[in-house]
Amino acid sequence: MTFDPKLAEIRFGTGLSPVRAAPASTDGMLRRLQGPDAMAARHPIPRFETLIPALTEFFEQSRLLRQKRGSEEAKAAQKRIRALRKAGRENQQLYLNATLRRAAGTEDGLRERLTRFWADHFTVKGKQGILIFSAATYVEEAIRPHLTGSFAALLKSAVTHPMMLAYLDQVNSAGPTSAKVKKQGGGLNENLAREVMELHTLGVGADYSQADVRQLAELFTGLSYDPRKGFLFRPFFAEPGAESVLGQEYGGGQPALADVHAVLDDLARHPATARHIATKLATHFVADTPEPALVDHIAAAFHDSGGDLMATYGALLDHPAAWDPRLGKARQPFDFVAATLRALDVPGKQIEALGPKDTGLYLALPMQVMGQSWEAPVGPDGWPEAEADWITPQGMAGRIQWAMMVPGLLRPELPDPRAFVDTALGGTASDTLRFAASAAETRAVGIGLVLISPEFQRR
Amino acid sequence: MNRSALTRRALLMRSLALGCSAAASPLLTPVTLAAAPWDHRLVVIILRGAMDGLDVVQPYGDPDFAASRPKLKFGEAAGAADLDGFFSLHPALSSLAGLWQKGELGFAHAVSTPYRDKRSHFDGQDLLEAGTGFDLGAAHVRDGWLNRMLQAVPGVSAETAFAIGRDELLVLGGPAPVSSWSPDARLSLSPQAQKLVEMVAQNDPLFRDAVGEAIHIAESLETGANMQAMAEPGDAEAMREQMMEATRGKTHLKVADFAVSRLLGETRIAAFSINGWDTHNNQANTLKPPLTQLAETILALKQGLGPVWSQTTVLAMTEFGRTARENGTGGTDHGTGGAMVMAGGAVRGGKVWADWPGLSEAELYQGRDLRPTTDVRAYAASAMRGLFGLDRSVLETAVFPGLDMGGIGQIIL
Repeated sequence: MTFDPKLAEIRFGTGLSPVRAAPASTDGMLRRLQGPDAMAARHPIPRFETLIPALTEFFEQSRLLRQKRGSEEAKAAQKRIRALRKAGRENQQLYLNATLRRAAGTEDGLRERLTRFWADHFTVKGKQGILIFSAATYVEEAIRPHLTGSFAALLKSAVTHPMMLAYLDQVNSAGPTSAKVKKQGGGLNENLAREVMELHTLGVGADYSQADVRQLAELFTGLSYDPRKGFLFRPFFAEPGAESVLGQEYGGGQPALADVHAVLDDLARHPATARHIATKLATHFVADTPEPALVDHIAAAFHDSGGDLMATYGALLDHPAAWDPRLGKARQPFDFVAATLRALDVPGKQIEALGPKDTGLYLALPMQVMGQSWEAPVGPDGWPEAEADWITPQGMAGRIQWAMMVPGLLRPELPDPRAFVDTALGGTASDTLRFAASAAETRAVGIGLVLISPEFQRR
Repeated sequence: MNRSALTRRALLMRSLALGCSAAASPLLTPVTLAAAPWDHRLVVIILRGAMDGLDVVQPYGDPDFAASRPKLKFGEAAGAADLDGFFSLHPALSSLAGLWQKGELGFAHAVSTPYRDKRSHFDGQDLLEAGTGFDLGAAHVRDGWLNRMLQAVPGVSAETAFAIGRDELLVLGGPAPVSSWSPDARLSLSPQAQKLVEMVAQNDPLFRDAVGEAIHIAESLETGANMQAMAEPGDAEAMREQMMEATRGKTHLKVADFAVSRLLGETRIAAFSINGWDTHNNQANTLKPPLTQLAETILALKQGLGPVWSQTTVLAMTEFGRTARENGTGGTDHGTGGAMVMAGGAVRGGKVWADWPGLSEAELYQGRDLRPTTDVRAYAASAMRGLFGLDRSVLETAVFPGLDMGGIGQIIL
């Protein structure tokens, strides 16, 4: 079980491509990952900070609407709010479109996969206003630039991001004896603190208590966000005095962001975090129930390097279990759609030409029927990993309908299914599939059969 | 990591996949069309995100309640109707007042599963649906409690139980055959294409079973009012139409309507989720949408089922309750004891079942949560005993291993 370029594309990349060069070695994969981000440059998605003018306007128009209810001014504000929402909704489709173009056209597939992995690990959902449509801008700003540094840097970037603070209710959380509570009331909210320990770092099986959650929540007070300014640390909200998390004291002087960073640095380096991240990486990339030896190997690399992500990925890629030729995972709907666009070599221009409405109708909504509402998993734990969560009757119906009907729209001159079997699967197709592809009544059915085959659906 | 949610979920879902295999695929086994084992219908709704039982069924008569909720309004001040002189009903459920009057709506309060202390949504939900495995270091649970109930009775076919919607439903997972579908899903293939689809999936059991069941269910839908025009492969316009249709209507009502269509046929058990209960912030507003969905769902079931409603029981259960005191941002944080909603013509409603512990500081669990005084599984067991005539010993050993039903009331008429 050693490196194989095709397996690298299928398991650690976005799928086989008839035109893009597969990596030649694991070193090659890691080098590309550390090189320039060509896909982000070619298919840009704005960073969250560029939304500030729109967020500011939304905030001000909403205030106007509230304060002058019934007036002409309020009517104009209402109209403006609707327009901002509409633009947000369209942008969300355009960002999905760009994300798919990146996956379809890249020669650095590991970067796309890791972006999705960490975006899922640090799931956010916008709950109101334009934020509802803006998760991609958070990924572009807080996740993608931090794929190759330390886990601590990624953790700090994600946890203190406005989208995360808003999603997990940190924005108005105030220390019980803070100046804010004394003067204006309000108080603590535990949500972000709990999920940081349970989901982002230690994992639910680790040895932490309700008291640790509470103390971390107090330490987090002050982390906030203003739509007109972006991230803010508000000492006014911060709980005075020191807090003790997992037996370690933090803070005690003037409230400072540095104390929050200190606890996140320690959580990032905790042995339980190493195991948790190693388990998630192995589960996402290799197998729903990964070999313990693989998890141990990744956890050791994470731990010994102090949470260095390149060392961690290196361990994932250099373990023999990573190159087990059996494909034990099912592609999630996003990955399936992306791999299809890539295998069919649909030109980026063609995908882009769909525009917001048809991206919704032909890509986003079908993904929803397949079981994955883009940027809207149920909870902060993100999407499930197990193959049986995805390969359900309703999910397969969604995949089959889409695979039979949509590729012809995206690539009007569909390839010959008998050739596509090899393009899409790199020579691993079963005889049954070869027969079926040749026996189809139409090209559309033949291509659809290849796409819905277990060989293509797995990675 | 022996209690990793990841692993448990993976195991549960794997067994769900295996469970689908037996009777679901027409390629393997002819689908049993025997009459369902009973006439009674059970609908289980999983409320994901931890519903605040104290705000839904408000103990306004408890002398300590007002002090724990200084900002969150309740009782008369919130426009909440009195239920029984002690509890009042959240106004977002006021459309269910008629059911309460008729004795078709009830609640169990101060209930929870035996899950304690970590207050994780995801472990809490997995354990609620597994219905067992609460002891630290317990063996991995391989199936959900509704599936174990199906394993305990004869005459069950894949049609007997339906998991509906896009979310995973561990509660139905396991070796007994169950069906699963989402109302937005369609499948229209020519006979030739269908044969080839079955062929390419045949070597991989997971895909073979899912495809087989999808074809079987899609066929059964086409015989009814859901008949879809046959779409030609490559017909992107048909896809467009299907997707436009998917955007119309409210998802929870489409789920309820689909449940009705199956429950009027061979199906006797339906399970689905209603999400959005994690009200850490501004609960006065954020609790309304999921409660409204719950109320509309119950009313849609009643209306759709017509005379069958009298034989129907709906149980809506959540992973845990929320803190007795409101938090600093107008919401509530993860707690322990909460409430279960029961509705239906078969339910002994008009009553809040509760061994009420009180809300004084000393009575709160760990000084913060409503103390659970009854295992919520006992009410589910009571329902299954009343509906399906299961023995207490089966319920306490096979369905909910280790449960003591004790002196639990009979919640079914």
